[in-house]
Amino acid sequence: MSAIDRRKPVSLKVASTVFIVVWLLLAAFPFFWTLWGSFKVELDFFSIADWTNAITGKLTDEIYGRPFTGAGYYGAWVQEDFWRAALNTGIVCLFVVCTSLTIGTLGGYALSRSGHNYVFWLLIAALIFRAMPPITLVSGYLPPFFAWNLWGYLPTAIIVLVAINQPFTLWMLHSFFQKIPIDLDESAKVDGCTQFQAFRHVIIPVMWPGVITTGLFSFLLAYNDFAVTAMLLNEQNRTMVPKIAAFLGTTYTEGNVMFAVAAVVSATVPLFLLVMLFQRQIVSGLTAGAVKG
Amino acid sequence: MKHRTFFWFFLPTALAMLIFIAAPIVSVVLQSLFVPHEAVLIETENCGPFGCTTSVVIDQEATEELRAEQPLGRFAGLEIYFDRGHLATAEVASAWTTSSSIGEFLGAVGDLPFYRAMSFTLTYTFVVTPLLIALGFVIALAVNALSRRIKGLVIFFSLLPMIVTPLIGSLILFWMIDSRGVIGELIQYLTGDPSLSLKASTPLMWIALIVYGVWHSAPFAFVVFYAGLQTVPQDTLESARIDGATRWQQTRYVVIPHLMPLVTFVALIQLMDNFRVFEPIVGFNASAHATSLSWIIFNDLGGETNQLSAAATTSVLTIIGVAILLSPVLVRTWRDFRGKA
Repeated sequence: MSAIDRRKPVSLKVASTVFIVVWLLLAAFPFFWTLWGSFKVELDFFSIADWTNAITGKLTDEIYGRPFTGAGYYGAWVQEDFWRAALNTGIVCLFVVCTSLTIGTLGGYALSRSGHNYVFWLLIAALIFRAMPPITLVSGYLPPFFAWNLWGYLPTAIIVLVAINQPFTLWMLHSFFQKIPIDLDESAKVDGCTQFQAFRHVIIPVMWPGVITTGLFSFLLAYNDFAVTAMLLNEQNRTMVPKIAAFLGTTYTEGNVMFAVAAVVSATVPLFLLVMLFQRQIVSGLTAGAVKG
Repeated sequence: MKHRTFFWFFLPTALAMLIFIAAPIVSVVLQSLFVPHEAVLIETENCGPFGCTTSVVIDQEATEELRAEQPLGRFAGLEIYFDRGHLATAEVASAWTTSSSIGEFLGAVGDLPFYRAMSFTLTYTFVVTPLLIALGFVIALAVNALSRRIKGLVIFFSLLPMIVTPLIGSLILFWMIDSRGVIGELIQYLTGDPSLSLKASTPLMWIALIVYGVWHSAPFAFVVFYAGLQTVPQDTLESARIDGATRWQQTRYVVIPHLMPLVTFVALIQLMDNFRVFEPIVGFNASAHATSLSWIIFNDLGGETNQLSAAATTSVLTIIGVAILLSPVLVRTWRDFRGKA
């Protein structure tokens, strides 16, 4: 690599560096801008008079005596009960990840170890299901959920998200399990294990890298979902994303926009940490499907 | 693996998908063929000392009975598909006969909700996908040339637009592009038009949504291409160099052909994902200027009156659209499978 670098013309090097800097600005600047602005009053964040107010916080200083205020956060978390939405998101994500990994691992393992023809058709069916926009399924859920009084509760949303998650989980775990040599469980079976025992004692100890990567994506799906959670949860059980959308709908009045800004920043923080901790797994997960195809 | 063992291993996930994906699809198709019963009306005649009056009242009992008898509603066939909210065949036909030019005809058709949504959805899908592939490819090339120490940091920030919740990401951008936001003011300053506002201009709103789409999805293309760049055969590059290929020629004739399968992969995935564009329209509060099929479904379901039949019909039409986009993927997978067998 260094041999190539040395021969690189200066102009190309400059152009590529400039490009990277511009891209980083595009990718990261909006987040830092919003983080900074979330500690200001609305008239600073949306500054009509002078855009530098958003940086210096002039009007915030006039009202609160210092250029930062936690008023938006107080309003969102305490006044508008955003903590409840955060708690709901936590519950939904935890159960979605655990359930979908449990049943997905069993299914993905079975798919990777069976050589029969129907495996192909099951994978194709999963691919078709993966392509369905979740919102198109919602009008199929509503009548039975209303009829049986299931609408609005967290477990309902959890199980729907688990199911929507399965096709992707199956594809991902199927390709991870294919990389684990089949000799491992074959030799366990020769030693007298049943298929399940082979899975339990031989495969489970070595499957964690793949399972953790898949779990990350299940988490992201549950955390980021808007269409399903917005339609299937009642006001009290709302998760963070529909709650933020509700802020927009009802409180586009003076001052309350900052509640939404604070809530948006609060909801971004866990994702930030997630990427920071699991960058390697996310990259490998994104490329797993691609390199195969 | 024996069929029996396979069955038990696969049962939980199969049940989940059957009950919550396959069954709802069937139910959506059924719902799109039926309309709710209208209330049964009866005419009653009240005769008093000053003559008789007739009044029409709802026969609650008969209505209940009818609803219990046929819980799906009245069979409507494809009626809903062709009504004004969907394919609007009658309106399109009358627009065809009354308008004098193609432009006028397209304008009239573009006002119908389904075609309005379709035109934005298709424009978005087919503009965003090539742009994000190009941007992702250039980022991958540039990052690949960086020294190892800062690569990690650059990849971290590059991932953010994709990982962050679509609704949240679009809100963050929207607040900056808003006429009172920092980018909005910059644009007003650059164009010298202080009244320029995203909320008032359809072309600007479309551009903003497309910019958001590229911003959101380019990191995916970048990561895939970056991984692909690590596997470019160095021998081929080396021999190309010895043969005197310029840097551009090396990229054009060695790197790009090597990445071509990945380009197809990213394109197919992104076409499907962009076709369901929805969150940015909510985040940008853009429904006055741009709607998508997903947005129509959401709007029908979320309103005061749950318009289930209308939403189900749009859902079926969306599924048909996705199926058309998906068919190349299926054909490819089928060929791979045949090739292996």
